[in-house]
Amino acid sequence: MTKATHPQILLASDLRDGEVLFLGAEGWVRDARAATVAQDAPAAAALEARGKADIAANKVVDVYLAEVELDPALGPRPLHYRERARLVGPSVRRDLGKQAQADKVGS
Amino acid sequence: MNAHDQRHAARANAPTTTYLYDAYDKAFVKSRVDEFREQVRRRLDGALSEDEFRPLRLMNGLYLQLHAYMLRVAIPYGTLTSRQMRRLAEIADKWDKGYGHFTTRQNLQYNWPKLVDTPDILEALADVEMHAIQTSGNCIRNVTADQFAGVATDEFEDPRPTAEFLRQWSSLHPEFSFLPRKFKIAVSGAKEDRAAIKFHDIGLRVHANERGEAGYEVIVGGGLGRSPFVGKTVRAFLPRADLLAYLEAILRVYNRFGRRDNKYKARIKILVHETGLEQLTREIETEFAAMDRAPFAFDLEEFERIRGFFAPPPYETLPARSEAFEEARRKDAAFDAFASVNVTEHKIPGYAIVTVSLKPIGGIPGDATSDQMRVLAEAAERFGFGELRVSHAQNIVLPHVKQDDLFALWRLLDGAKLATPNAGLISDIVSCPGLDYCALATARSIPIAQAISERFKDLERQRLIGELGIKISGCINACGHHHIGAIGVLGLEKRGKESYQITLGGDPTLSAAIGELLGPGVVAEDVATVIESLIEIYLRERREGERFLDAWRRLGQARFKEALLREGEDGADI
Repeated sequence: MTKATHPQILLASDLRDGEVLFLGAEGWVRDARAATVAQDAPAAAALEARGKADIAANKVVDVYLAEVELDPALGPRPLHYRERARLVGPSVRRDLGKQAQADKVGS
Repeated sequence: MNAHDQRHAARANAPTTTYLYDAYDKAFVKSRVDEFREQVRRRLDGALSEDEFRPLRLMNGLYLQLHAYMLRVAIPYGTLTSRQMRRLAEIADKWDKGYGHFTTRQNLQYNWPKLVDTPDILEALADVEMHAIQTSGNCIRNVTADQFAGVATDEFEDPRPTAEFLRQWSSLHPEFSFLPRKFKIAVSGAKEDRAAIKFHDIGLRVHANERGEAGYEVIVGGGLGRSPFVGKTVRAFLPRADLLAYLEAILRVYNRFGRRDNKYKARIKILVHETGLEQLTREIETEFAAMDRAPFAFDLEEFERIRGFFAPPPYETLPARSEAFEEARRKDAAFDAFASVNVTEHKIPGYAIVTVSLKPIGGIPGDATSDQMRVLAEAAERFGFGELRVSHAQNIVLPHVKQDDLFALWRLLDGAKLATPNAGLISDIVSCPGLDYCALATARSIPIAQAISERFKDLERQRLIGELGIKISGCINACGHHHIGAIGVLGLEKRGKESYQITLGGDPTLSAAIGELLGPGVVAEDVATVIESLIEIYLRERREGERFLDAWRRLGQARFKEALLREGEDGADI
């Protein structure tokens, strides 16, 4: 993995239902705005360690860090379009995924 | 094969002309559901790690995608009963989000199932003789076939009995459940190839030898993905009696020599390419000659039992031409447009084959809502002996419709937004789910399809342009078959942005060809404009009755590069 140059958040999928999750202060959350943002490498490593523990505890799968930029209104916004898509849902079905929930998340 | 009950044959009053499970089949699928239910329980309990569980869930069609799990349901050789279609709708409503996606492999994908619900979904499928076995994993996948099987005017033999025979042979085959890579087989029995048999690991074409005996041309090593190849013939005529043994020999040679060190070079197409056709054919023939063929001896009784299920439905004796149909065409221009584009000649006088387009203008290719699935089931029940087909072009086919019923059918379909008259035209676009759903994708493909469809929404102009296949993939794996589109579009990542390469000249039929790259990639916003320019060149230069593909072959790639250059001058990202 190349060295991160931006803050990072930890993404995963819920084992039971497959929904995209983000690691927050108190545990996994479904809204990226509540994700814990790692500002440096030690903080990112700490996120990863918590993620690995939850893989072992059979809570989540497919855990990885994604670089983000911080938007004051929208919260952490992944630099890559793939992860930006995971924050919201399919661009061709705005009625589905996280974007369809009452308190819509930003993209 | 002999485990099947030979007394279980097609019933005279069977609702359709499709294979019906006997007690053996039912027990087999039920045991698989029970097994997966237990595996899911053990995964949730932590007795199985994800690394241990992943191959098990994949063998049952369950993927983890960008936003959720995805369940791929097998539709053997694309044939469905109306009862099965209704069950697919029920599952969409109960455990998913009210729709499904018909794929280029004639399967159906649910985009939002929960792992905890999957055993119940599989049980609901098993109740209607369906499953998701071997829709993923390095095994022999769902065998596909011509969607016009049994009804095409150019057909020598219905390919579905062969496909079903192979499905039973390949299901949980102990030697071929962990191949170097996935393995796909397609079967066609007609003069015209509608199953893309030259682009499968094995393609079979049923035909007759000089004595009139049925057998198979065996084509090996075709495929798309990052290294596309046209399949090569290893046997021009294989007697039917040798079918299983010969395929067993091919798979054994592949299993032995196929590369396992590099997943990108593990398909049999690479083995054919690296070994050479001559040597590989020798290896296959040597294995075939040396093997103990007794376990694979052709079971004529079983083949005939299977064939009995695919007997023609009880057609009425009708005049070749329906006055009611012709009268309705004269009176209703919209129906006439549908009839001229989506209705195909049937081998039985007075009947027709209807292609129901799942490509509404600006819609998502291959998607159908649960309500639409129920309408399709009703259409099959009222007008088509309860049978439906899924095509690899992501459309639905009603294979046995009386011409007298076409107008009533069209009205039913039109009321459910299922009567878009564009089968085979420029807006009948094949597209993989791309980065809107797929974890492997490098770019979105559906929005590109939607933009092209909107650009060419004028149906009269579509008919003027004529037959034209646009196929779009969201990554190099080519699930959208872009290599074999007359116009192909491949979505890639370029410097952190989505970029689209355009290819021309692909051909999925027996005159098989892989598309040639037009030039550097363009940004998403420019794809429809480049295609519009290509179409302008074609319309300007074509001869009377000449299809886009034929005009491209005559004029050459260089002539069409002008379209891309023009967009480049306008500042496209090339």
